[in-house]
Amino acid sequence: MILLQARNVSLRRGDRAVVSAASLTLAKGRVIGLIGPNGAGKSTFMRLLAGLEAPDCGDIQLLDRGMGQIPPALRARQLAFIPQDGGAPPPMPVRALVALGRLPHGQADDHAARHPAVDHALDVTGLLDLCARPASHLSGGERARMNLARALATDTPVILADEPIAALDPAHALSMMHLFRQQAGQGKGIVVVLHDLVLATRFCDELVLMDDGAVIRHGPPTQVLDDDIMRTVYGVTVRRVENAVLPWALCR
Amino acid sequence: MKSAHKTLLLNAVLLTGVIGLFGASLMWGETRVVFSHALADILAGRHSAGAIIIERLRLPRTLLAVMVGGTLGLSGAVLQGYLRNPLADPGILGVSGGAALGAVSVFYTGLMQVSIAALPLGGLTGALCAAAVLMGLVGRGGTLVLLLAGAALSSFAAALTALVLNLVPSPYASFEIMHWLMGSLTDRTFTHVWICLPGVVCGTLLMLSAGRALDALTLGEDVAESLGFRLHGLGGIQTRIVLGAALAVGSCVAVSGAIGFVGLVVPHLLRPLTGYQPSRLLVPSFLGGSLLLLLADMVVRLVAVGPELQLGVLTALVGAPVFFTRVIMLKRTVS
Repeated sequence: MILLQARNVSLRRGDRAVVSAASLTLAKGRVIGLIGPNGAGKSTFMRLLAGLEAPDCGDIQLLDRGMGQIPPALRARQLAFIPQDGGAPPPMPVRALVALGRLPHGQADDHAARHPAVDHALDVTGLLDLCARPASHLSGGERARMNLARALATDTPVILADEPIAALDPAHALSMMHLFRQQAGQGKGIVVVLHDLVLATRFCDELVLMDDGAVIRHGPPTQVLDDDIMRTVYGVTVRRVENAVLPWALCR
Repeated sequence: MKSAHKTLLLNAVLLTGVIGLFGASLMWGETRVVFSHALADILAGRHSAGAIIIERLRLPRTLLAVMVGGTLGLSGAVLQGYLRNPLADPGILGVSGGAALGAVSVFYTGLMQVSIAALPLGGLTGALCAAAVLMGLVGRGGTLVLLLAGAALSSFAAALTALVLNLVPSPYASFEIMHWLMGSLTDRTFTHVWICLPGVVCGTLLMLSAGRALDALTLGEDVAESLGFRLHGLGGIQTRIVLGAALAVGSCVAVSGAIGFVGLVVPHLLRPLTGYQPSRLLVPSFLGGSLLLLLADMVVRLVAVGPELQLGVLTALVGAPVFFTRVIMLKRTVS
């Protein structure tokens, strides 16, 4: 079942094409890794997929309905978005901020904070012990988990996460990727922007590689990432290393 | 105790305070009045001196203190929540400046001799013109555009007000203008209440309707939009907040003059008591603003220090030390 589909989506800012004829198809139970160098247009493409901006041309369908035709409140119940940089959170308790994820369902305050989806989101992100702490006291990694918990609390079929593991240490990055896989296993569709190509290869069903606003390759990770693409897109060469912690190393 | 119960308790305490001070404000004033007799006269329709003082002088003044204080407190809370800046206050929209310019123009042209309503109506016209210009300037722009437009409008209105002061031929008129600009509720009547009321009611309802969106905005504009709130465009959250604050604050400044610090200090003091949740701060800020202005107005009336102290001067005198205290507390926390 197709949850989210973008076909030949383009967006210009001034005379610069930020996204050029990009396409993506997200099916139920899949994790798609959106990868590419800095400035490739990944975050803008994610904003288009989230319905936060309208494309100049092209078509985005969310659950078989044109994105432009979906009322914002309904869209919020179908798609959760975790932006790249949420900024410093207010000193509200973590539980209260995670409970904001219930707003699209018309639930707020104590009613929302007591909802089982909020408890579940806090539990799976490992934040239950921190739920009474002011969010402003959280570390960068804990904030990233709180943002994910807020998205999970909405309980949407689609989750879009823009660089959710950028601030995480390896252990928490791994556990968050496991969490995405687990959510996909429960039938959700997930698009996640990643710079860690090891985790992207390991946890994503499909990679979509962007460069200069365009999707230049997509498919299973092993088909998308090869030595040639690493050199041309990322400007690095890959050196295979036998019997090392990592089977390969990146060199300039 | 649950957060909602804490907010309810806070609202109950503040409301009790407002009701208590409302009664006290009617009972006590410069002239001694036996309240029970005056009340009996009012109910019986007798026009005794006590009844006239309470009905025509103290009641409109007290109602205006509730409306103006409440509006300033609520607008401050809403704007601080929307801009995610605890230093935002209703004056940043530039609408207060527009109201002041409108009122000062009435002084300059001598129109205030025509009717008692000329001054507040002039202020209201200035506020509405400023609000229209502000909405036109901001359009679909975001918070940065709003701040810049507000600053530009505020500076322009202040420059024109200074120009009027500069050109005013009579030193007496100049004194009157300066006095009005300091903010006061002295000698206000029900005409002022009726002029102020529609803007306050519409503005307050518009601002209160944005409570949930303010909560969502604590996590940033993108999150708020992804949670289903339309921020920009007609009917969007920004329009509701800016139009609501402009209408309410403009109407208040038109009748009371500029009363500073209430919109800044009240939400600042109450925020920790509401769990830092913007939607929970709105009603307490309205009640807290009313309470503060009722209290300040009673002090102004009851403390005899030669000429009556202007209300805006007193709120500034009280408000500034609150900020000095906050600075000292912040420095201690950091060190």
